[in-house]
Amino acid sequence: MLELQQIQKNFGTQSVLKDVSLTVKKGQVVVILGPSGSGKTTLLRVANFLERADRGQLLFDSKSYDLNNLHKKEIASIRKKTSFVFQNYNLFANKTALQNVTEGLLIARKIPKIEAKKRGKAALDKVGLSDFYDAYPHQLSGGQQQRVGIARAIVTQPEVIYFDEPTSALDPELVGEVLEVMKELAKEGMTMLIVTHEMAFARQVADHVVFMADGFVVEEGTPQEIFDRPQKERTKQFLARISDDPCYSVEYVL
Amino acid sequence: MTERLVQILLDSFTQILIPGLLVTIPLTLISFLFGLIIAVCTALVQIAHVPILRPLARFYIWIIRGTPLLVQLYVIFYGLPSLGLTVDAFPSAVVVFSINTGAYMAETIRASIEAVPYGQIEAGYVVGMNFPQIMWRIVLPQAFRIAFPSLGNTLIGLVKDTSLAANITVLEMFMVTQQIAARTYEPFALYMEVGLIYLIFSTVLTKLQALGEEKLKVY
Repeated sequence: MLELQQIQKNFGTQSVLKDVSLTVKKGQVVVILGPSGSGKTTLLRVANFLERADRGQLLFDSKSYDLNNLHKKEIASIRKKTSFVFQNYNLFANKTALQNVTEGLLIARKIPKIEAKKRGKAALDKVGLSDFYDAYPHQLSGGQQQRVGIARAIVTQPEVIYFDEPTSALDPELVGEVLEVMKELAKEGMTMLIVTHEMAFARQVADHVVFMADGFVVEEGTPQEIFDRPQKERTKQFLARISDDPCYSVEYVL
Repeated sequence: MTERLVQILLDSFTQILIPGLLVTIPLTLISFLFGLIIAVCTALVQIAHVPILRPLARFYIWIIRGTPLLVQLYVIFYGLPSLGLTVDAFPSAVVVFSINTGAYMAETIRASIEAVPYGQIEAGYVVGMNFPQIMWRIVLPQAFRIAFPSLGNTLIGLVKDTSLAANITVLEMFMVTQQIAARTYEPFALYMEVGLIYLIFSTVLTKLQALGEEKLKVY
């Protein structure tokens, strides 16, 4: 249902994505792994037009789009079928949790207030925030803010959700609650493309793992293939370094 | 203090206060309101990188901030008639004060808009909103809160700057005081008195500003 083809992206003279292709099938959870600077976040941002690719195609809903040359209207119509969860949550600071969630329904999709509220509350209930409808972002913990971010992403019933390192900005003890919500979504068959450093989570939830380095896809496959039998030297190095690093520990996942 | 001086001060207090309430305050508020509208437009034009208008906005800010307010008043009131365009004193003052405060507040508002984290704009796009919707619903409310203390500063400054309008024959507080001082030969007492009234106005505004800031603290 979603295909990124031959994506290239430069920042100035620096080439961040050299030639990246990636496929996400309906209902699949695809996890992108890789060292920082590998271009994985940029790839996600290109996919949702937060960055303009220098070259590349997007295949979405069996239509093909040139990522270097898209009309505003095309961008808007694709965005209405996708959602994005940011590393830093990026909640609207002047809106309550419920308003954050309903904003996209009310303003961008012109859904009547009563229905938007009902759907917004249901989305917040789903991420375990029934008691925080009227809380402003600054009154919430990082984990709660990110769960509002996820509620904001699911409330529009998107065809795919992009997650850009959704737990990287969180205190360790708050990571679990966010991953738990994401696991729940995966179980329900939500299509997700996730950039993360949570190895245990990736192993447990992903249907497909993509390992990126230096602007290329180095290797991809099932979690077992990538974690247990990596073929490429670059992948082995990365996994070995990560398993020594307490920052990427496994025990945050339940 | 002689009895005569006390009498002069008492009589003049209302004589000065009335044009203060009827001229100084309206002149301040009207100019501030127009200035604020000019400022928001000027700031948005720059933020949105509108071609032609953006350099024009920079030019406007450059000219207005680079020349004295008094000179601007003279150009409009005494200068324009020689080009065949005569404007009454009060509207002239409104025009000059609006344009003048607009230039300063434009910079305040531009900086405040830029202070709203860019990630929230991206989040707006991602949930399907367009640029005007994001500006109006997400960015400007937050920018307004950031700008509020500084806008309060401008307003308080403007109350006192309106005294310059005396130079273009606007019959506001200071002009009236000058007339009474000339009649009674008590310049020291009267100018102290009008200073006190300005101080009262500013104090009220300071209190209102503090109240406003408190109200804006919800998020």
